[in-house]
Parts: sequence; C-alpha cells; structure tokens
Amino acid sequence: MPTAAEQTGVTDAAALARRHGLSRSSVRPPFGAYLQELWSRRQFVVSYAAARTYAMYAGARLGSIWQVLTPLLNAAVYYLAFGVLLGTKNGIDNYVAFLLSGIFVFTFTQRCMTEGSRSLALNLSLIRTLHFPRATLPLAYVLNELNQMLVSLGILFVVVGFTDGPAWRWLLVVPAMLLQVMFNVGITLVFARIGTFVSDITQLLPFITRTWLYASGIFFSLPAKLAQVDAPGWVIKVLALNPISAYIDIVRRSLLSEHEANQLPHAWTIAIIWSFVMLAAGFVYFWQAEDRYGRG
Amino acid sequence: MAEAEPTVIADRLDIVYKVIAGQGGKGTAATALRRIVKRQDRPTIREVHAVKGVSFTAYKGDAIGVIGRNGSGKSTMLRAIAGLLPPASGAVYTGGRPSLLGVNAAMMNDLTGDRNVVLGCLAMGMSGDEIRRRYAEIVDFSGIGDFIDLPMSTYSSGMAARLKFAIASAKTHDILLVDEALATGDAEFRVRSERKIKELRDQAGTVFLVSHSLDVVQETCNRALWLDAGVLKLDGPVDEVVAAYIKSTRAG
Repeated sequence: MPTAAEQTGVTDAAALARRHGLSRSSVRPPFGAYLQELWSRRQFVVSYAAARTYAMYAGARLGSIWQVLTPLLNAAVYYLAFGVLLGTKNGIDNYVAFLLSGIFVFTFTQRCMTEGSRSLALNLSLIRTLHFPRATLPLAYVLNELNQMLVSLGILFVVVGFTDGPAWRWLLVVPAMLLQVMFNVGITLVFARIGTFVSDITQLLPFITRTWLYASGIFFSLPAKLAQVDAPGWVIKVLALNPISAYIDIVRRSLLSEHEANQLPHAWTIAIIWSFVMLAAGFVYFWQAEDRYGRG
Repeated sequence: MAEAEPTVIADRLDIVYKVIAGQGGKGTAATALRRIVKRQDRPTIREVHAVKGVSFTAYKGDAIGVIGRNGSGKSTMLRAIAGLLPPASGAVYTGGRPSLLGVNAAMMNDLTGDRNVVLGCLAMGMSGDEIRRRYAEIVDFSGIGDFIDLPMSTYSSGMAARLKFAIASAKTHDILLVDEALATGDAEFRVRSERKIKELRDQAGTVFLVSHSLDVVQETCNRALWLDAGVLKLDGPVDEVVAAYIKSTRAG
C-alpha cells in the first residue's frame, strides 16, 4: 500500500514550509514576546478572576459575605488555640492585631501556592482547546487571592483602628503588599509548573505549608521566643531570612505601634530581595515549560 | 499552474504522551483482571504512541475530513496541529495560528452563558470593543435565545456545544480544527454550522473536521485523511477515502 507521504509528495517538508513562511506549531515564544502577549491578555486575567470569585460563592447562601467570614473564623480558631489555650501571647499587648496580621499575610501566600499548583490541572480542557499564554491562569488565581487579602486587610485596619488608633505609618502597608504580591506571583508560577508535572505535589503541599506556618512566627514573637530559650544570636538572623516572616514583619511594623520590641532584623531589605528574585525566577521557570503544558 | 499555497504541513509526525494508568502491566484484560483480583493498583506511567509517522500537506481552501475508528489518534493529531500537544518527533508547520474547536472545550459551568461568551472571546485574544461588536452575532448564531442568562450547568450538552461553536467561530481563523463539535447539535444547528464551515473554507482558510458521521464529512469536505491506529492509511479525495473506509469496516 502506498504511504500518504508518497501520495501527497511531501519529500522535503521543512523546505516547503520555509518557502511559504510556515512555522512550527508548538514552539515556545521568546521570553520578551511572551511577557508582551501576557500583558495583552490582562483583560482575560481580570475577567477570569472575577468569574472565579463569582463561581466560588455562587452556591453559598451567604454569597460573598464568606469573603469576610472566612478570615474572621480562621482568626477566631487560632486565637482560641494559641492566644487562650496555649497562651503564647507573652507580653504582646495588642495580641489580636498581632495574630490577625500574621495569619492574613501567611494565608495569602499559602493559598496562592496551593490554589496555584492546581491552576493548570483544573483548566486542562481550556488549555487543550485555546491558545493563550498559560501564565494567565496562575496570575488570575493570584488576583483572586489578592482580592481576598484586601478584604482581610480591611478587617485588620478596623481592628487596629479601634485598638491602637490610625497612624501615618499605615501607608507603609501599600509597599508591603506590593512586595508580597510580587513574591506571590513568583511562587505561584513556580508551583503551577511543578503541580502540572508532578501532580503528587498537591498532596504534599499542605504539609509543607503547615511546617512553614509554625516556623514563621505567626502566633508568637520570634525574638521573644528565642530569648526565652536562650538561643544564640545567629538563629534569629537565619529565621529572619524566611520570606513569610519578612512580609509579616513589615506589615506589623506598619500597623502595630508596639512592634519595635519584637521586630526582625532587616525585614524590609529581605522582603525586597525576595520579591524581585522570586518574581523573576517564577516567570522564567514557568515560561521554560510553556510549550509542554496540557500534554498528557 | 502556480504551486498551491500550503497552510499545514505535517512531517513524519509522531506523538507520544504519558498517562498515569490505574494499573501497571501491559493493560490486557488478563493482566487487568489479575491486578484487580490481587488488589494491586499501583499507578504506573504508560506511554501511548497515539500518532505514528503521519505526513501530509494541506492547502488553502482545503476542507479535510479526518476519519477513523475510535482511538485511532484523530483528536490527538488535531491537537498537535493546533500546537497544543508537542510532537515526540517530526514536526507540524502551520501558517498562522490554528484554532481547535471541540465539544469538550471547557467553559465555566457555574457562570451564565453571556459571561462565558465574554470569557471565551477574551481567551481567544479579542479586545473588549471587538467582543461588544460581535456579541449579538455570537448569541444569535448559537440560537440558545433566553437561556443565555442562565448558568451553563443548566444547558443540555447540545446547547453547550452550540454556544462553544458559536464562540469559537466568532473569530476569523486561518486554520480551523473542528473536533466532533457538530455531533451533539440538532438537525437545524448542524445545517447552520456546516454552512459556517463552508464559509470559512471560502474565505480561503483551511478546515479540518473530525467526525464519525461520514455523510457530514462527505458534504463539507473535499479531501479526507483516514487514520488507523495512529497510522495514516489513506489520503485523498473525500469520496475515495470514505468508500475505502466503509469497505474496510464492512470487511472487518
């Protein structure tokens, strides 16, 4: 039987393609072009995020009130466990604000990681159907979580406003948030790629994030805790390198008047370095597999 | 005569993809049974060689029907043409960016039809202005009327397929790949979408149509590819290929 190749006369397909200006169908665009394409789809990112938020609460009777309730309930549980039962307050006057800021900042990054790791897998059929820069999906997920974070921040401002009273210092929350968003975009892109190819990571992530939670000084002041156990000076310096601790610390510095006693060394510097490194690494790492998403 | 202008060239295209199989082993019925009896269900990664050494050239104005039995690699091949599945070896060259249109195109089921229209168009890279201009046309073409305000989870599979087809065909495509999209629609919609495919073909685009309905293929296409177990068995004028395919199914 004659093969199809002989029938249609494709002898030198590559040359024919070149002559007519055809290009390979699955090639990764250059990095610059990719970012440009991504920027041109910003409207899709926003609409997709809005659609997801809507869909998330569409089934619930209380609807988007859950955006306020979820962080509050979360904080209540942690307050009960750590503030009341375990008594980790040790000398922090405004413990509620201290705890809330830690939990909200941590949850923001944690949700970005866990949700982001599934952002491609859950949209596989969309990926296999339409051409668009895949990074739009994890970015939309980050936008969702940012939306939730802003609601949480609103709660935090109300709490601090009542306990400490408003201050100009609060404005520093804006750059602090900006830095955390940059970091979150980066880490979400990293886990979006890992989650696509190593689907076991979604099972593993809860353990990773929980360990991170306890190491980040959310329920207790790290310097106070370490002083209690007479830890050598380098321990705090190492722990301060943890990006989450840094982001929590810069938010606390901006909001809490008494935080100077508990603050970590060089938090702003560490936060800034993490943001830029993670953002760049995330984009490059994600882009390197752009032509392989949706396979298998 | 001047050389016809090719739009899609497949050059010894091979596609292998990995799937995580429920059971290991060769996957025959006997080994599967043994595994179930022994309660082993360790997942293993299996490679599926879905398309084997397929070569062809499609030209402007071609409407190509892709026929073959279930699992013969038709949909996989379309995905490779669309650039959504990277080939294991060989290459697909295309002019412009092909768009794949299939029934399993995911939309967001919790959202209303109109939100899905906007979202789908944005994903295809249309601008807000363009969507506003085309919106009525899309909804009209889908013919789902008042249901456009309801969540897509309330749609029947036929209605969902119609809306998806309407969204995907709103954009002018140089190369359109249609995967069974017409199978679920009713007779009236089928006529309409066939007309749309012809229209696209007349705009000097290239259309690929995967379908099990041979008369649809014969009506809309001028050429056909017959895939059998991942191998391109026959490539030629639609009537010849369909006739040969029918003959083989009768014989088998």
